[in-house]
Amino acid sequence: MSTVSKNLPTTPTTESAVADARADFPILDQSVNGRPLVYLDSAASGQQPQAVIDAVAAYQRHDHANVHRGVHTLSHRATEAYEGARDAIARFINAGNRREVIFTSGTTGAINLVAQSYGRPRLAPGDAVVITHLEHHSNIVPWQLVCEQTGAALRVCPIDASGEVDPGALAALLDERVKMVAVAHVSNALGTVLPLEQIIAEAHRREIPVLVDGAQAVPHMQVDVRALDCDFYAFSGHKMFGPTGTGVLYGKEALLDAMPPYQGGGDMILEVRFDGTTYNELPYKFEAGTPNIAGVVGLGAAAGYLQAIGMERVAAYEQALLGYMTERLGTIEGLRLIGTAPGKASVQSFLLDDIHPHDLGTVLDHEGVAIRTGHHCAMPVMEFFDIPGTARASLALYNNRDDIDRLAAALVKAKEVFS
Amino acid sequence: MSAAMGGSGELRELYRELILDHAKCPRHFGRLEDATHSAEGVNPLCGDKLKVYFRIDEDDRISDARFEGSGCAISVASASLLMETVIGLKTDRALAFFAAMIERLASRTERGGTAIPEDLELGKLEALEGVKEFPTRVKCATLAWHALHAALQQQGRISTE
Repeated sequence: MSTVSKNLPTTPTTESAVADARADFPILDQSVNGRPLVYLDSAASGQQPQAVIDAVAAYQRHDHANVHRGVHTLSHRATEAYEGARDAIARFINAGNRREVIFTSGTTGAINLVAQSYGRPRLAPGDAVVITHLEHHSNIVPWQLVCEQTGAALRVCPIDASGEVDPGALAALLDERVKMVAVAHVSNALGTVLPLEQIIAEAHRREIPVLVDGAQAVPHMQVDVRALDCDFYAFSGHKMFGPTGTGVLYGKEALLDAMPPYQGGGDMILEVRFDGTTYNELPYKFEAGTPNIAGVVGLGAAAGYLQAIGMERVAAYEQALLGYMTERLGTIEGLRLIGTAPGKASVQSFLLDDIHPHDLGTVLDHEGVAIRTGHHCAMPVMEFFDIPGTARASLALYNNRDDIDRLAAALVKAKEVFS
Repeated sequence: MSAAMGGSGELRELYRELILDHAKCPRHFGRLEDATHSAEGVNPLCGDKLKVYFRIDEDDRISDARFEGSGCAISVASASLLMETVIGLKTDRALAFFAAMIERLASRTERGGTAIPEDLELGKLEALEGVKEFPTRVKCATLAWHALHAALQQQGRISTE
């Protein structure tokens, strides 16, 4: 993870290269409740660098028109900007080609697309979809819906007390009835990095396709969809410092080609006749209606921004910072870490004494420290640990050790308030 | 008052001594076996889940009440104070307190149309007023009150989402 990319030889060290990034995020330069803002809620939504804000504004100010439609200059520019973002995303995740990059409204939209377009026609009563116990609701409910529609069943791979998924346990759930495996890359509630290499190899040994929910991975580590050999990879723009309302479904071209359209409308057709409609080619077949053009332009800018820094460098920086955070939190008496898997990224859930996470969140906010509290859209995880929710501090490339120290100080204050 | 909150006026207003006391040692906590009315209140956003029980006599008076479940300091303290307030009251009087608390704490959209009697005094319940400065916490304070309303209307389960 700490290997420094060879095409950026001039940057002195990982630490300084990434730490300088903080200044690129204007929103961080403000006070909240009279204290300098400490933003530790990037797992819920990341902040946008100036490069993204500028790209969206420039597009809105100079280039906006509808895409793929007009012969006029602005429509051409808008199309260039939108399709340029597709190329940027294809490079960012190392997709085989641009036809494999479908723009969606977010991770949720991408997973629903696969559940309905890939899953629904292939699932029959008695078939099964395998997920894990630590999935976000958006990688549970779309599969529950398609199971209800088809009579298929959901099989859930357990986690252990540290929040780890045993690939052997997942493999044990696979048989000829399993038509799809859908797993997170990184758990949003626990931070666990899943053993994708083994999971995908086991599934492929049985010719079962694998969808990866990468929402919590793409802002924090190098994701290479071809090296992973996953069949589908879904992620959100706003968690990787782009605008909300944007997301990506990567799919292997052969699979996408064989799938029917998910939604019908403009842009996804070649020819419409009342006796039959010819669908457009990839990726447009899956992009019905006018897309979130400005948002996608911003997403492309976010991918370019991250690639210029280098994701391996980001990963190394955040790993060191996560280690520091875990260590600091560990020194606070009465603090219980939830999610202690050996392989983790960017997230630490915890409880403090018997203080309800919601009260903790209010006291921390009063100290200018923004964290997430609650069940993190992962209610089965909370049920597993038999807790109503957690406090969760999550990191991004713009955080630093001072942020962690402020978090620790605010937690000590919360202890005093509720002592 | 804890020294930690010195200078943090709003925080001190939210977590008043009375609130922290009721949160740590909730009154009338537990299940009421011979309840005639009950309802569950859930706030899916933060995971608060409270069940309220009332025994209502033939003369329409709340002769006993309990609550159980888990929640943040504000929702538990609010439920505890609610129990202390409504035991012994006629149900229409209890509903007047519900209307008054919603009126006092909640946003316009949450307010109901129930008229509030002029002689109604909130007393200890005024300790909950600190939530007005914390918009994200108002629903914690009103959860038990919505559950009271649902129980008396026999609605069973409500959500503050």
